[in-house]
Amino acid sequence: MKLGRGLWRALTTIAAFFGFALLYLPLFAVAVYSFNAAERGLLWTGFSVRWYLDLFADPETNRRALEIREVAVNTLMLGGASTLIATVLGTLLALGMHFPWPTSVSRVLESIVDIPAVAPDITFAAVLVMAFNVLRRVVDHWFEPSMTTMIIGHVTFEIAFVTLIVRSRLIAIGPTLSEAAMDLYASPWIHFRRVTLPLLWPAIVGGAMLAFTLSLNDFVISFFTSGPRSVTLPLYVYQSQMRGVRTDLFAISTLLLIGVAVSIVLLERLTRWRHN
Amino acid sequence: MTEPTVWYGQLTTRRRLLARGSLLIVGGVSWLSVFLLLPSLALLVVSFLKRDADGALLWELSFESFERIFGSASGENARILIRSIVLALVVTTASVMLAYPMAFFIARGSRSRRFFWLALIIVPLCTNLVIRTFSWKLLLSAQLLPAKLAAWLGWIDPGRDVYPSWTAVTIGLVAASLPFAVVPLYTSIDRLDWSLVEAAQDLYASRLRIFLAAILPQTLPGLSVAVLLTYVPAMSVFVVSDMLGGAKHWLIGNLIQHQFGPGRNIPYGAALSLVLIVLTLGGVSLYRRNGRSVEIL
Repeated sequence: MKLGRGLWRALTTIAAFFGFALLYLPLFAVAVYSFNAAERGLLWTGFSVRWYLDLFADPETNRRALEIREVAVNTLMLGGASTLIATVLGTLLALGMHFPWPTSVSRVLESIVDIPAVAPDITFAAVLVMAFNVLRRVVDHWFEPSMTTMIIGHVTFEIAFVTLIVRSRLIAIGPTLSEAAMDLYASPWIHFRRVTLPLLWPAIVGGAMLAFTLSLNDFVISFFTSGPRSVTLPLYVYQSQMRGVRTDLFAISTLLLIGVAVSIVLLERLTRWRHN
Repeated sequence: MTEPTVWYGQLTTRRRLLARGSLLIVGGVSWLSVFLLLPSLALLVVSFLKRDADGALLWELSFESFERIFGSASGENARILIRSIVLALVVTTASVMLAYPMAFFIARGSRSRRFFWLALIIVPLCTNLVIRTFSWKLLLSAQLLPAKLAAWLGWIDPGRDVYPSWTAVTIGLVAASLPFAVVPLYTSIDRLDWSLVEAAQDLYASRLRIFLAAILPQTLPGLSVAVLLTYVPAMSVFVVSDMLGGAKHWLIGNLIQHQFGPGRNIPYGAALSLVLIVLTLGGVSLYRRNGRSVEIL
């Protein structure tokens, strides 16, 4: 029996590490090849930090650096703007869904919010294409493929995720504290500011973080809604992969990965610090 | 409607509460209606239209698109559809089978160690799928160990890359969907009632019996979320099959993307999207019978 358990444990560990290898080998390959001296491709021609330095080169002399920086700024701008709108709308939606609606209404609301989380993203993108096709006839030039349509597309799928997270937190908080506040004659506004919002804040931040990372990674929605002047990093990599991705794209991806990993660790430290 | 109700210790009327509620949801609901619900209806309508030679819509009723998907003359489309379903099932099974040991492995450690491993699961999601998939092209190329191993085993010709092939597409998809399988399974395993497992052990149940009778039923909610979160994207993906599979390895996602792009056949793309929605929502409603609502985090 003892031996069996040990064997089982070893097998689980081996399988787990195989899984982690599947997750990390690609990231590792990207990081390693970002130090390749060759301009593109697989042939290792020596170690070099040239591509990192090039990212910060003078845009006057280096058009490529300018282009990549523009793409990076587009990606961050899209993420920031869509996250902001989606967080506000999603949080309000979650709060509103908490009111005593008739069962039929709340069921409809729940399924509307669930759709983007469970529908395949390509059909979702197709739906957005239809929406912009129709809207273009009503209001001119607003809904031409551009940054605006991209932001709209991203907000539409991010709302659902923000709402789901804030809502589950609202349900977990329960009514007791709010009731106590009201019993102490807090006005609805004071009650919201002093009780609900502080309790809800971690969920709102979490929802916003999720929305932002979803936006950074999204390829499909961007692919369908972007215009010629609004290229994001995933689109840029996709466009260049046919001819072989250039090494500088590995460099910027590595930088982005490190940035995200560091901010996750920092966030964890911050929340833990708050608990103590 | 006007009778007084008590709401969080506050005396008010239902009507006033609902007015306040509507004010909160009006932004989100109207956004989703304009950009999601109404256009979904448009998608439904358009799938029954025709297109002219330039790709513009013709406003006449036609079942052309659906005939093209299900008609007898369209062996290729039916094959792509079946292929997508089979591949999604294979990917989901592989991901879940790998995710179970990973989730157990994580759940075994102390609290801080668990956080460390969970963070390691999440971090890959923070680099975009396109670059991760391209990276598999590097890893599976002829110079490196996996391709040499496959050649030595006689699976591929020596000196060739592993891609374009179904193996490469499957590896890329499993690697992409693994985190989405691990996290919900971990949440379930974390809440596991181990006394049941011990009881099974006391009764000399085999390892397999213990898993099937004491562990699997308890992790069913997490498992159904894991299946949902891996199956739906695996059905609709087109980047991975495009980059690792090439033109001969199309999935329904590639087909839809082609109609909205170079194919310029929006009615056909709309019809394909509808079929995909029906195929996935069928799975979702099956899952709904088990779980209550989507618990992602």
